[in-house]
Amino acid sequence: MSDMLKIIDLHVQAGGREILKGVNLTVKEGETSVLFGPNGCGKSTLLASIMGYSTIEVTSGQILFKGVDITHMPVDERAKMGIGMMMQRPPNIYGVKLGDLLKATTKDPESVIADADKFKMEKFMDREVNVGFSGGEIKRSELLQLTAQKPDIILLDEPESGVDLQSIDLIGRKVHDLLFSDADGGQRHVSSLVITHTGQIMDYIGADYGYIMKDGVIDRVGNPMELLKEIREQGYGE
Amino acid sequence: MPKSETVKEALAKKGAYGQDLDLDHYDEEANETIKVDDLQNSDFKSYMENVGIVADEIERSGTMMFIDNNPSHCSTKVQEGMEVMSVRDALKKYDGLTDYFWKAVEPTKDKYTAKTFLEDGDGYFVRVKSGYHIKYPLQTCMLLNKNKSIQHVHNVVIVEDNASLEMITGCSTSHHANDALHVGVSEIYIGDNSSLTFSMIHSWGKSTGVRPRTGTIVGKNSHYTNNYVILNPVGSLQSFPAATLSDNASATYNTMCIAHESSDIDTGGLVYLNGRKSRAEIMSRSISMGGKMCARGRMVGNAPEAKGHLECRSIILKDGGTTLAIPELEAHIADVEMTHEAAVGKVARDQIEYLMSRGLDEDQAVSMIVKGFLSGGSINGLPEELKRELDDAIAKANVGD
Repeated sequence: MSDMLKIIDLHVQAGGREILKGVNLTVKEGETSVLFGPNGCGKSTLLASIMGYSTIEVTSGQILFKGVDITHMPVDERAKMGIGMMMQRPPNIYGVKLGDLLKATTKDPESVIADADKFKMEKFMDREVNVGFSGGEIKRSELLQLTAQKPDIILLDEPESGVDLQSIDLIGRKVHDLLFSDADGGQRHVSSLVITHTGQIMDYIGADYGYIMKDGVIDRVGNPMELLKEIREQGYGE
Repeated sequence: MPKSETVKEALAKKGAYGQDLDLDHYDEEANETIKVDDLQNSDFKSYMENVGIVADEIERSGTMMFIDNNPSHCSTKVQEGMEVMSVRDALKKYDGLTDYFWKAVEPTKDKYTAKTFLEDGDGYFVRVKSGYHIKYPLQTCMLLNKNKSIQHVHNVVIVEDNASLEMITGCSTSHHANDALHVGVSEIYIGDNSSLTFSMIHSWGKSTGVRPRTGTIVGKNSHYTNNYVILNPVGSLQSFPAATLSDNASATYNTMCIAHESSDIDTGGLVYLNGRKSRAEIMSRSISMGGKMCARGRMVGNAPEAKGHLECRSIILKDGGTTLAIPELEAHIADVEMTHEAAVGKVARDQIEYLMSRGLDEDQAVSMIVKGFLSGGSINGLPEELKRELDDAIAKANVGD
């Protein structure tokens, strides 16, 4: 399968400090990769770089998406090309109703709004986006928005964090739906890159590759289940 | 009442805030009476509808309209419990309205009140009798129709004990009267156990001068809501309406403004917490689109267990604009609790990029956040119907999209 996302020797600064120090990583069409690593190693910065947030500055290297260099492309153009992101702590958008945002970001607003109950979000359509949402509500809202958006690659930043066990089940199933929705004959097309500490999300979506990041570089690549087992037993070796 | 001589001296007195306007600049008389019997077929219909006045009067209890300085239309559908007429007629009927005329606003406050006093300005008189709750809003419309002239209206609203009323006031300028001055003295008296919601929607011209002077006296256990909305360009607008609260009374001021290029807006609310357990909330949301915006809020705590909260939020969308938030809290006794929040700045980058990551372009994202910011400020205490109208107006507002 073709490369969906290819990151080449990426160096990134944030807050005047170099956070990513030469990251190389490839995600092919239909593949899921998981990113492990200690807090502060640069995982979230990597996802922010792929999405193009202005909190970071790429100093060298390249990000290719579907073969196109997107290293300095505006956020919305990346989204329109098919990159979708679930943030760990999205900002409060005061005054903007979740229902209105969904309507503005999908071609098929009626079916998305009708789907809201499947995400247990039907009562949130008139609520301001993220304002006063619990951990689980934020994740479900993010997933509903991603479902409206139908991205080709999904960047998930700790989908299990701050969520109770029941919600994890719903979130896991919905992420699965997003990744497998347009699979034909067992062949998947949607890719994902997932940051996880616990690996719980892998129970729902599996994973093809695991990466361990340390101090701004990819330290190891391997079988995700084996890497997770090793991290559980031995930590990150610090 | 003060003597005319004393008031004449006040013609030289500048307003406490805002740009000083030269009254001599407005040298045209505007005393013609233009009768509008049929609102639906009137030439002024579009001006009215722009500011929330519905010509078919459906779900309205009545309409009073002034064009320049004379009444043009007065109709009421309420059989009993409410009177609507011109102030001049009310002065005749009620023997000079001695308890209400120039009691909530001082004629010598500044040159604008003095001018209104000396010109013997007419205006609308509304009285809701004790025990009556008027179901639908009463609408009043003030239209400037003569260029280089002054509209100096003087309104009196009385809601007696155990009564309630909603009012929607729309103020507008016809296109050929851009460079005119609106002075509106409004005296509002609310009895005990009563409520009044007074919502003002404006659409002036780019050079229009606007100097409203509003004083409200709120009786025991009563509530007053003052909503002030201006989303279109204006020349120079300065207004600082004041309310005085009795025991257990409350007041809410919601202000929503966009200061376009060449607009100079200075507005807010002032509340005297004079009654035990009186409460006030002053909220202001404003946007500078290249114009000058000053949002004021002032609370004076004079009675035990009084409580108040003041919030001024401003966004600058275009360079060249300025915004100034002035929240003031003044207490004269220990047992009061007053707080304020003020925030001035640009639209947060993380919010814009969050919406962009959903596929909206930058202008769409900013517009959505700004419109949300404005409508977020109108949530408290607005009648449902007016809220819908405001949301429509905000959706149509030009915030760069």
